[in-house]
Amino acid sequence: MFLRNLGLLINATMTYTPPLLLAALGSCFSERSGVVNIGIEGMMTIGAFVGAAMALTCGNPWIAFLVGGLAGALFGLLHAMACVSFQADQTISGTAINFLAPGLAVFLCKAIYDGSSDTPAVDISAKLPKVFDGIFPVGSFWDNVLSNYSVAYLSLVLVAVIWFVFYKTRFGMRLRAVGESPEACDTLGINVYRLRYICVILSGFLAGLGGAYITLATVSQFRPIVIVGQGFMAISAVIFGKFKPQGALLACLLFGFCNGVKVLATSSNVVSPNLISMIPYIVTILALVLFVGTARVPAANGKPFQKAK
Amino acid sequence: MSNAKEKTKNSFGTKILHGNLLYTLISILVGFVVGAILLQAAGISAGEAYGKLVTGVFGKPKFIVWAIVYASPIILTGLSVAFSFQTGVFNIGAEGQYVVGTLAACIVGVFVKVPAVIHVPLCLIAAALAGGLWSMIVAVLKVKRGINEVLSFIMFNWIAYYLSNYVVNIPAVHKEGGGEATKDILESATMLIRSESLQEVLGSGASYNIFVAVIAAVVIAFILNRTTLGYKLKAVGFNRHAAEYGGINSNREIMTAMSISGALAGMGGACQLMGMGMRISQFSSQESFGFQGITVALIGSTNPIGCIFAGLFYGAMKYGGTKLSLVNAPSEIVDIIMGTIIFFIAIAHVFKRLLLSYAGNKKAKGEGGAK
Repeated sequence: MFLRNLGLLINATMTYTPPLLLAALGSCFSERSGVVNIGIEGMMTIGAFVGAAMALTCGNPWIAFLVGGLAGALFGLLHAMACVSFQADQTISGTAINFLAPGLAVFLCKAIYDGSSDTPAVDISAKLPKVFDGIFPVGSFWDNVLSNYSVAYLSLVLVAVIWFVFYKTRFGMRLRAVGESPEACDTLGINVYRLRYICVILSGFLAGLGGAYITLATVSQFRPIVIVGQGFMAISAVIFGKFKPQGALLACLLFGFCNGVKVLATSSNVVSPNLISMIPYIVTILALVLFVGTARVPAANGKPFQKAK
Repeated sequence: MSNAKEKTKNSFGTKILHGNLLYTLISILVGFVVGAILLQAAGISAGEAYGKLVTGVFGKPKFIVWAIVYASPIILTGLSVAFSFQTGVFNIGAEGQYVVGTLAACIVGVFVKVPAVIHVPLCLIAAALAGGLWSMIVAVLKVKRGINEVLSFIMFNWIAYYLSNYVVNIPAVHKEGGGEATKDILESATMLIRSESLQEVLGSGASYNIFVAVIAAVVIAFILNRTTLGYKLKAVGFNRHAAEYGGINSNREIMTAMSISGALAGMGGACQLMGMGMRISQFSSQESFGFQGITVALIGSTNPIGCIFAGLFYGAMKYGGTKLSLVNAPSEIVDIIMGTIIFFIAIAHVFKRLLLSYAGNKKAKGEGGAK
């Protein structure tokens, strides 16, 4: 019984974590290069819609997943244009995207699917595949632990890849430097604009993937409230994880775990589900107060950079 | 004589070119153009949709009243965000402060039995205290423990959300006879206009919550521009280190500012409840009054009086948007228009530079010609 519950807990954690993690990794790129991106929420929503719509039209989950990411990247490009080329206030531009992208997602949904704000359900063949599905008996510990959607594992691998890029490559070193002192980088001949464009577009791409994961795996349908708040949770995870990919992973796992506890505790029906739902957020605050403390924000974060003429 | 006239005309022109209003208006225009293009692309007549938007708001006096009733809570959350911006804090937590404000006003509105003259202010004070306290916790965490306020605001938004859903389901508060909502607030706690002759003109939904919003905006404008407190707050927002060097205790000012900001959002919740909601329903997703407040603050150039007009504009769009389904146009077009407007406000300084350099060139040419 204990083992079964543990399995369910791990399963629930791994259901909730991947989309959050993908978006959080995106946010890492943007924030570390010095561009605040609160538009993550909107980028996830458009990714979720486009992912579902593509799966419904072409039937291939991987193409749909990638196109969902590209839709997010498109809004990343918009954010980069405003913040990098036009030196706009990054919070304002991000807020704009949080209205534009979800608005466009539901608008398109209604235009395509006869005025309905939900897409039809994505067929199981067009959903992202599960690994190790059907190998273990249904409901057993290993079935719960291992038969997650393949992207769940992919997102964990991605953390290692991005960690490597951040700390072991020239590109990573430059992107961290640009987030601290773009002026110094500029004098050393680094193209600050190009680097920030790449990072912000990547953040949109990863957020779009996170959104698409939700409609292609967990929920298998686009609804206007399918993302609500998860983009902001991803941003929180990045601040919690001190703007490091490995830190964001831990924060996302914590959120995912609390969510797993919530799912299990709600089904046991002892305490009000609404009180249980507060757990992830209260635990986060407590963890911040007790263990994590101050996160040092990248020095140039939020400050527009204009190349000296 | 004619020279003097020319001078005033010139300074008026430059004033417009240097101010924010012109660029906000251009952004609004662009927003509607982008919306029209999208509507047409989706095979919906933009003329018909915009026509419905206009007649839906201005068609009857009671429609206008509804738009104003819609606007009042967003003006207050807008003020809340604008006020926080002035002190260099980004209050992304107005949503949560709004929710706890609504809760406090609802509990006082349902359980306290006093005459309306006392009841209405009492509910407003309760809401302001709840919102202020909610925001102050975040401020204390920021100042004492160095915890990033954006992060804790987002957490507190969700805690408020579930707290509200929890309270709605407490048997003593829950509406009798089903429905996922609280009991209605007592009549003495509502801000509805009772006079029958006025109701005939304004409609039965008319409420005077707009006055709370306008008075709050004027008070905030006064605090910011005419008091020592406002001076200190703006100094901290402008340059924290310089303010500290000048003897201002920036931590204390940030806590004050965040508390006031939270109180405003809380009052926004009370205005919504007492002016139109009458009860709190169980949420299925965040209601976004706080996020709409961010928009209002930005369209109003973070100026308290600007927030009144921006809030009225947003309220009208929001109310008009509810009627778009009558012409089969998705109401989300309102979000797209608003998003485009904010986006262009974000890059407005580019237009400003262009227009100013154009005006400068023209002036230089004109002067050259006279010589």
